[in-house]
Amino acid sequence: MRFARHLPLGALAGAIALASQAQAQTTITVATVNNNDMVIMQSLTDEFQAAYPDISLDWVVLEENVLRQRMTTDIATGGGQFDVMTIGAYEAPIWAEREWLTPLDDLSDDYDVDDLLGSVRDGLSLDGTPYALPFYAESSMMYYRTDLFEQAGIEMSEQPTWDEVRQWAETLHGSEEGLAGICLRGKPGWGENMAFVTTLVNTYGGRWFDEQWNPELDSKPWQDAIAFYVDLLGNYGPPGASSNGFNENLALFARGNCAMWVDATSAAGKLFDPDESSVAESLGFARAPIAETPKGSHWLWTWALAIPASSEQKEAAQTFITWATSKEYIELVGETHGWTSVPPGTRESTYANEQYQQAAPFAGFVLEAIENADPTDSTLEPNPYTGVQIVNIPEFQAIGTQVGQSIAAALTGDTSVEQALDSAQRATERTMQRAGYND
Amino acid sequence: MSMSRQPMASRHALPVKQLLLTLLAWSVAFVIFFPILWMVLTGFKTETAAIADPSFIFSPTLESYQAVQARSGYARFAINSVAVAFGSTLLALLIAIPSAYAMAFLPTKRTKGTLLWMLSTKMLPPVGVLVPIYLIFRDVGLLDTRTGLILVYTLMNLPIVVWMLYTFFKDMPKDILEAGRMDGASTFQEVWYLLLPLTLPGIASTGLLSVILSWNEAFWSLNLTSSKAAPLTAYIASFSSPEGLFWAKLSAASTMAIAPILILGWMTQKQMVRGLTFGAVK
Repeated sequence: MRFARHLPLGALAGAIALASQAQAQTTITVATVNNNDMVIMQSLTDEFQAAYPDISLDWVVLEENVLRQRMTTDIATGGGQFDVMTIGAYEAPIWAEREWLTPLDDLSDDYDVDDLLGSVRDGLSLDGTPYALPFYAESSMMYYRTDLFEQAGIEMSEQPTWDEVRQWAETLHGSEEGLAGICLRGKPGWGENMAFVTTLVNTYGGRWFDEQWNPELDSKPWQDAIAFYVDLLGNYGPPGASSNGFNENLALFARGNCAMWVDATSAAGKLFDPDESSVAESLGFARAPIAETPKGSHWLWTWALAIPASSEQKEAAQTFITWATSKEYIELVGETHGWTSVPPGTRESTYANEQYQQAAPFAGFVLEAIENADPTDSTLEPNPYTGVQIVNIPEFQAIGTQVGQSIAAALTGDTSVEQALDSAQRATERTMQRAGYND
Repeated sequence: MSMSRQPMASRHALPVKQLLLTLLAWSVAFVIFFPILWMVLTGFKTETAAIADPSFIFSPTLESYQAVQARSGYARFAINSVAVAFGSTLLALLIAIPSAYAMAFLPTKRTKGTLLWMLSTKMLPPVGVLVPIYLIFRDVGLLDTRTGLILVYTLMNLPIVVWMLYTFFKDMPKDILEAGRMDGASTFQEVWYLLLPLTLPGIASTGLLSVILSWNEAFWSLNLTSSKAAPLTAYIASFSSPEGLFWAKLSAASTMAIAPILILGWMTQKQMVRGLTFGAVK
């Protein structure tokens, strides 16, 4: 009886002890996307907590578009729901300018900021101050089937051109059952077909806007590039190409349905893994093809970790993001998940690592592509924006998606290329006028 | 002869017609059910098999279920879903029963207008009120709480719940309630002892519909929660990715997310059908 009488008191004391222990812990909420590299980061939570026992991590993993909407709502209203946000190269400068992000100007020497690749670091900075730390970066390149090229007697050039690619696609298309000559993005969206299409327009000598922010979507380079794209993908692409994004093309290429594919360098690790790809043995890499100019022919995209200004746990959040983007983290991933799985494109030291060089024969291409992609000088004629496949203005998400839909309509044959670009031009002019860029 | 053969022929024609109708019904049901079947099957495949040419023949594996479970605790999300779906339904019924009673048995000239106005709130795209609701929730500390989600779901489902209950109550003969009143029953007793037992199938199907709508709701749950109150819709969303192949895992997560509501629907389908056809034949 006495024991029973004291039981509630004991339980209360226990609860208080547990509660006070919980208070000593700082919990940070990390919002991230469901990409492979981030899934690995989440799986290493225990390693982080072993190194920093007073910080615990709460993960919010969402699909990219959902996450972007969710984070934008929170950061714009100062909701303070997240302490760490996974943002792209597109958001970083825009959000930094609006003072939504915490400046990261007090990074320790151990972090070795100078080891970060220059183009990647600059894309996440505003006036020289970093506002996000790069988690992984990617460019674009060409993947091809070496077995098919050998059979057809085709030799890949050091710098392929789009005219060559068209000839090769014509030769290889249908040479095996269900084989498409080329796979490219067709699914409409600013981060989907427009990422690829913008690099194609860039290399054809086009640009989104002239120096006075007038849209140039009905210009000759756009007409030539889109006509080429529609002809190439329409004639030598897989069936239903207008609904294929990165994932669909990755699946098609991995199971041997594409002779060539131009897309993100981040696909290399997956395609090179025999467990996930049936073409791992015959996988070839080449630079992204060019047309009139090499400028802007391959993109640059960075996923980075940032701390919103509304976070109440800034110190703990900074501890986490410096850990997750450090050299030590890259080594940890290499040791625990294999060297092809390390987050690429962020640090010089990754590419100097012999284990990485041996495990990832595509490393050199990726590094070269990332280093050569210059977001500040991505078009033949000068332009007023920063970004290779993006235009870093808030209106670009809407504009890019709308233009992407017009181009997808041209691809499916619902409209002509000329009509598609005319309507895209008019829609972009209206949006830019409403936003006050020009009269 | 001919007189006796004709009924024979029509007797034979009936089973053939029935057989064709049954086949048609099964085919339609199969077509409707196929995406769910494919999702369940994909959940038992490896990621490589999931992206291979579609096939019913494969070696089943629990790999994806294990991976999904290891990455994020299903139970936490499932508990939130149950709490939010049933909590909001209960609250909606508590508010809607008196409202529908008043509208069905004590109508005024504005009742029709009120009902239409309630329904018109469903016509506004939710994103239109996202920012105001987000700001209110931030200020009163309801972000990422089950209470907040229950409130939003209640408001979201209330028009439908009121409408359905109103329809069921309208079909109830007024004389029964009047008889109760003659015997001295108070309004509460009238509702509790007469109206509710007699319209229970209708209330049950309304409640089930509300539970299903709340269970499947994704917009508000994704926008108003982050980690503590996130329900199963947020759980599924965490396995979708534009850059990376997670189809088998996504299918496994989706199967786990719909399983409870599917079983509930299965178990209560009689009540659902009874409720939905309640008063159809007077």
